[in-house]
Amino acid sequence: MNILLILAVVFGTLVLVRLANVAALASKLSGENEEAEQESANRWNSIGMIAFLIIGLSVMVYIMNLYLPLTLPKAASEHGEAIDGLMKINWTVLFITFFITQILLFFFAYKYRYNKNRRSFYFHDNNKLEAIWTIIPTIVLAALITTGMSEWNEITKKSASMKGIVVQIYAKQFDFTARYAGKDNKLGSSFFRSITDTNPLGIDSSDAATADDLIAKELVLPKGVEVQLMINSRDVIHSVYLPHFRVQMNAVPGMTTRFAFKPTKTTAEMQKETGNPKFEFIMLCNKICGVAHYNMKMPVRVVEPAEYEEWLKTQSAVFPKEEAAAAATPAPADSAATSMSK
Amino acid sequence: MEVNPHNSMAHGAHADEHAHGHSHDHHGHDHDHDHEDNFWSKYIFSTDHKMIAKQYLNVAIFMGFLAMFMSLIFRMQLAWPDAKLPFLEDVIGKWGKDGKLDPGFYLALVTIHGTIMVFFVLTAGLSGTFSNLLIPLQLGARDMASGFLNALSFWFFALSSIIMLFSLGIETGPASGGWTVYPPLSALPQAIPGSGLGMTLWLVSMVFFIASSLLGSINYISTIINLRTKGMAMTRMPLTIWAFFITAILGVLSFPVLLAAALLLVFDRSFGTSFYLSDIFIDGAPLDHAGGSPILYQHLFWFLGHPEVYIVLLPALGLASEVISVNSRKPIFGYKAMIGSMLVIAFLSFIVWGHHMFVTGMNPFLGSVFVFTTLLVAIPSAVKVFNYITTLWRGNIQFTPQMLFGIGLVSTFITGGLTGIILGDSALDINVHDTYFVVAHFHIVMGSSAIFGMFAGVYHWFPKMYGRLMNKKLGYIHFWLTLIGLYGTFFPMHFLGLAGVPRRYYANTAYDGFANLININHVVTVFAIIGGLAQFIFLFNFYYSIKNGKKSSQNPWKSNTLEWTTPIEHLHGNWPGAIPEVHRWPYDYGKPGAKEDFICQTVPFSETPESNTPHDH
Repeated sequence: MNILLILAVVFGTLVLVRLANVAALASKLSGENEEAEQESANRWNSIGMIAFLIIGLSVMVYIMNLYLPLTLPKAASEHGEAIDGLMKINWTVLFITFFITQILLFFFAYKYRYNKNRRSFYFHDNNKLEAIWTIIPTIVLAALITTGMSEWNEITKKSASMKGIVVQIYAKQFDFTARYAGKDNKLGSSFFRSITDTNPLGIDSSDAATADDLIAKELVLPKGVEVQLMINSRDVIHSVYLPHFRVQMNAVPGMTTRFAFKPTKTTAEMQKETGNPKFEFIMLCNKICGVAHYNMKMPVRVVEPAEYEEWLKTQSAVFPKEEAAAAATPAPADSAATSMSK
Repeated sequence: MEVNPHNSMAHGAHADEHAHGHSHDHHGHDHDHDHEDNFWSKYIFSTDHKMIAKQYLNVAIFMGFLAMFMSLIFRMQLAWPDAKLPFLEDVIGKWGKDGKLDPGFYLALVTIHGTIMVFFVLTAGLSGTFSNLLIPLQLGARDMASGFLNALSFWFFALSSIIMLFSLGIETGPASGGWTVYPPLSALPQAIPGSGLGMTLWLVSMVFFIASSLLGSINYISTIINLRTKGMAMTRMPLTIWAFFITAILGVLSFPVLLAAALLLVFDRSFGTSFYLSDIFIDGAPLDHAGGSPILYQHLFWFLGHPEVYIVLLPALGLASEVISVNSRKPIFGYKAMIGSMLVIAFLSFIVWGHHMFVTGMNPFLGSVFVFTTLLVAIPSAVKVFNYITTLWRGNIQFTPQMLFGIGLVSTFITGGLTGIILGDSALDINVHDTYFVVAHFHIVMGSSAIFGMFAGVYHWFPKMYGRLMNKKLGYIHFWLTLIGLYGTFFPMHFLGLAGVPRRYYANTAYDGFANLININHVVTVFAIIGGLAQFIFLFNFYYSIKNGKKSSQNPWKSNTLEWTTPIEHLHGNWPGAIPEVHRWPYDYGKPGAKEDFICQTVPFSETPESNTPHDH
């Protein structure tokens, strides 16, 4: 294998030396015909420019037809649909700009190749033109900025409102745990120094809000109901990424981050819509977090609200009743205060 | 280190002369023959800016190829995750046992590839080479303001490169937390093996790198402000110099912040502080250090990190401005608008860092502010693009290899810049953040544009560096294969991002929905290999032409700027006689009435009555 590699390199170099020598010799033979040589280079490269433009754009359209169906299906959340809509507007603007500028660039390069009988047009300033291509982008961007910002405000406002079913996503190397807040919709407080083998989230068992908290290794969400994710990490930065819902928020040790969203389609509906009976939602870690980063994930299911209630009943409490008393190693009072911002 | 006393004294004298505005006429170069260069003083510990430029370029080429090899290895892993690649064990030893790439080493490769490309190739390689080469030559100075600091800058860079290379060979592997080395991952060896000694070496290397960059930048700035020749008003400087000037200012203002971020990280790692650490439970025990914030690091990092994008890009745009104008035989359109837009971009680059942090849990209001400032960058960028296109319009284009790369740069700058509008819009960023969409975006707008600018610069100023021409035919093949290779690599990559594939994944096996994307990964890797192989044509052409290239004439591209008034053979002090005086701007190409289609900056208006316009005085 090694010998082959070395041989390939040596052979490749020899070919290049040969090519360069031939080229040098050829230019010597043609005498001082540098001009003619440049003229031919100009012709071929300018044709290359227009060919690259035409072939490039055609291949681009072909590839888009081929690959766009492989990208994410339509959003399965309320705000996700708005993001998709915004994305469409942006893409339209960007594609128009892309086509205009690339066509002008490569077409001019093709059209104005060197001709020794011609002088270029001595044209170095024009305030009117400069004004046009300052003002038009400004107007277009003003529109994009305003629509983008208002959508962003809509999304983040919901996260700040604290409405919806509270679910904690607890990240560590290399898995996620979901904790449902239960009937009181309040998470019991937790503290990293309380973490033990049997209490991997460091939850305070003496907190009244803990009693009805439920632990799950799968994220199951009811359709059409607002969900409030409360995101924590206990070691490094992770990221909670739910691509089908257009949801992403980092999990940062030492602070709680939030993301609120409303699923609009059940898994079954998505299977029908995508024509893929095996379709599943997914939560992925999207911030480099260690060697097994690429395997850090959690299955996600969206079901009808009634089914959700049923499922919830089958989940285990943080501290199963008989253990609750025994496991009660109360965290220091001051630590509970610093643990979770509520 | 040997410092040539003759040179430094001479420089002092020049500085004086310039400051007092005396004439340069009596400046014979009397110290040309009263010292002898040996190998060490000429090639290694040189204080001559031209030699230092070449030193930078050669190190950058070496580092660039190394980082490119790394990318090819991990691209093969992504395209053929199940295949056994028998050569891996030969190349990377235990990390490629039985032809399987180690997942930890995959992350190390990604990390070091990014670090080398961003800092060692596109920052030091680009600014280090061309600022050093062109600032004195295009301004009419005998050397940099301080030749010694300049040499020191290169040697810090070399040291930093050596440390980074050394870290590749250690037992626990090099830093592997991504090129942004976010703590806590980078602070805790328990979290990933690469955060042990590898990370320490990474930080030490970066400290030397920052020192090198600052020494260089301070030198560039003082040279540009103080050592311009008579008549070289700021508004007569070529756009290359403007770009280097603005770049150097950006570097001076932002690199110290990276140094602060790195030092705090060193403290957290080694001295028990917790600037970035809080509420951490790792390796079966709670960490004693608490009360810090990992987000603080991100703010500090990206306060450098975003200007860094323009530290990389502006020199490339400056080189392209010069190359496109010269080869279009036409003045650059909107000289002042080009300077203005660079200044605006530079200013904005300091207030947009938060767009890297939309989904970190940063205050959402701050997010909106950063959307606003970020998308504003598109305006000066659009101005630049339209000005380039207008420069081509009705030009008289000579398709030299550097011109092709210049045009390629404008194309990638457009393509990558446009997808930046998606990423800068926080609402849209949510779903593409940290996916392959980002990877595609910055490789096109920053990676490709900057490297195209660098290639344009190398082909254009090679005769100035080595007195010979590079082979044009090989240059053409190099360009076309590179252009096709890079669009073939990075265009399909956008779709991976739109399919929700996260970056820095060793394999896309976590989710069944990614299974049908393997075809895209095949395409990407095949084009990456094509593009990678094409670089060997360049490598060969470069080193072959140093010895065997066709001898260059004094002004091979019929250019207006001062560097082409120096003799082909290098000499200390650049001009054998007096420093030339400048009488006009650098872009008098194709001027109506002129005898030729270019008028050098040294030609006074009194000698060109046939082409003077009413404004020319």
